[in-house]
Amino acid sequence: MGVEEIPKETLLEMYKKMHKIRTYEETLAKWYYEGKTPLFDISAGPIPGELHLSPGQESAAVGMCIHLKDEDAVIGTHRAHHFAIAKGVDLKRMTAEIFGKATGLSGGKGGHMHLFDASKNFSCSGIVGASFPQAVGVGIAAKLKGENYVAVAVGGDGAANQGTFHEALNLAALWKLPVIFLIEDNGWAISVPKDKSTAVAKNSERAKAYGIPGVSVDGADVIAVYEVAKEAVERARRGEGPSLIEVRVYRLRGHFEGDPQAYRPKEDFELAKEKDPLLNFEKLLLEKGITTEEELNRIKEENEKEVQEIIDFAVKSPYPEPEEALKGVFAGGE
Amino acid sequence: MAVVREITFAQALNEALDYEMSKDPKVVVMGEDVGVYGGIYGVTAGLYDKYGPERVRDTPIAESGFIGTAVGAAATGLLRPVVELMFIDFLGVTFDQLYNQAAKMRYMFGGKAKISMVLRTTCGAGFSAAAQHSQSLHALFSHVPGLKVVMPSTPYDAKGLLISSIEDDDPVIFIEHKGLYAIKGEVPEEPYSIPLGEADVKREGKDITIVATAAMVHKSLEVAEKLEKEGVSVEVVDPRTIVPLDVDTIINSIKKTGKLVVVDEGYPRASFASDIAALAASKAFDSLKAPVKIVTPPATPVPFSPALESEWIPSTEKIEKAVREVL
Repeated sequence: MGVEEIPKETLLEMYKKMHKIRTYEETLAKWYYEGKTPLFDISAGPIPGELHLSPGQESAAVGMCIHLKDEDAVIGTHRAHHFAIAKGVDLKRMTAEIFGKATGLSGGKGGHMHLFDASKNFSCSGIVGASFPQAVGVGIAAKLKGENYVAVAVGGDGAANQGTFHEALNLAALWKLPVIFLIEDNGWAISVPKDKSTAVAKNSERAKAYGIPGVSVDGADVIAVYEVAKEAVERARRGEGPSLIEVRVYRLRGHFEGDPQAYRPKEDFELAKEKDPLLNFEKLLLEKGITTEEELNRIKEENEKEVQEIIDFAVKSPYPEPEEALKGVFAGGE
Repeated sequence: MAVVREITFAQALNEALDYEMSKDPKVVVMGEDVGVYGGIYGVTAGLYDKYGPERVRDTPIAESGFIGTAVGAAATGLLRPVVELMFIDFLGVTFDQLYNQAAKMRYMFGGKAKISMVLRTTCGAGFSAAAQHSQSLHALFSHVPGLKVVMPSTPYDAKGLLISSIEDDDPVIFIEHKGLYAIKGEVPEEPYSIPLGEADVKREGKDITIVATAAMVHKSLEVAEKLEKEGVSVEVVDPRTIVPLDVDTIINSIKKTGKLVVVDEGYPRASFASDIAALAASKAFDSLKAPVKIVTPPATPVPFSPALESEWIPSTEKIEKAVREVL
């Protein structure tokens, strides 16, 4: 299968989402540094706290989520905006959450690492490796209730060294559950390179240990991700069990905003630019004559306008009332 | 007509599980050896045959994996998992899925996530199981907002509290003391529920209050009976649930008697016992006629040899001594 066999509207939808993710993340980054200088104060400014952005990793989210419906679950990581956008989470409310506002997805109680949208079956967690067993739980619920949806657990290459990853792979394989384990391999667990943390060259090889398919795919090519993800989703929907996908991507930014990245060799930054999935996709679409510069420019303008509206909504939204901090630990509000 | 028979604590729990599974197809049981074996203490006996391997699921020894699975399954709203952690001592191999995931999802997701699950687990020393299979770690769970913590002491309470726990819309840690499984008590055949957060005054008295949990309730009652012969009237309050805690019943009892001993099998520091002592100091200080005493094990791991372990577990002698000192 190649790009020619994918309908144009699907390709443009993918491009639109990838470009939206990039625009969104870069806009957030600008807002993030407001008020944080001259001394970097992480709690200051309109976006308080840590911020882990996803530029360079758009293909993993879009190549996977293009195959998913609202009922399918995605459980992401601390770096999850790209998956949230690809899954269709309401961006105004998500952004308000990131800004700590009352109109946020969780009324400002979760923040950027703990996004939750029940209508899109999207959640994420700040604990590395927490997503894997929870996706198994979604899979088991789907299977027991005869629902035909799938669960996608996202983790970084660092998370694949957690025990939860291996326990969850075993459980999902043992019980033949509709779960897809997606490892976004950006080569770095914060500052530790993969060859200093991981005993195998590719995390997809670990699928062998659990008797399930494991595929490694170049994240520079969103079409390749699309194809691999399609197969895994179809396999899960057919009731044939889980798959493991490793998408090799590059971080175009630091682990977190403010990360000086002194640990990263120069060549790695160059490779990251070369492997930029958005630019590669744009080039492909133009070279194959699938679209025109004008059409792409129109999409870009739409995205820029939308992102501006989203940010405006978040900025103008009120902060939650202080007493809200005491509510909602248990059912019934107390 | 209500039929009340004498059954064991373990049978009472089994009846609660059976009732919930028969009533609600969302209820599933998962854990190590809960299926064919029926649970190492027999609490899930017969359920596998009745409800099948999909609803009564034996899991691999992978506590983070299968307890995380329960959290994820509960989050969908399609299932209400009752998952078993064989010993509370094993919480270290799964704690993240409980204290960072299950406990926090409702709050950090703005009230939009609901984690209806019960983690059943066992606690308690007295079986020469030594340091890693004997602890009472309810304080660790109680420390983290978002988990309800239930600790019954009688077969009657066990059944009613487990039914309430399974029907609760929050994650519940249901702690069963191993020394109680075989005790018998009167339990109605039909289902009933006991609200979480309601203490039970197991014995009324006017001279001194003992607040005790799980197996320590029975030891405290023994002491109360003995002292009655000397004309000392001891009130024994069993909170039954650590979270939520029935503060009013405890404080009212202290106000009435003016004296307090807390008896608990958890370690002494940063503990349930110290928490109740602090509560008395902050909410009933003017009523107290004597310093509060706590009776707990020492701050050591649980020793193996019966000669050592029997010294470690709070005994009726130690409880009696504490009560006499406070009187």
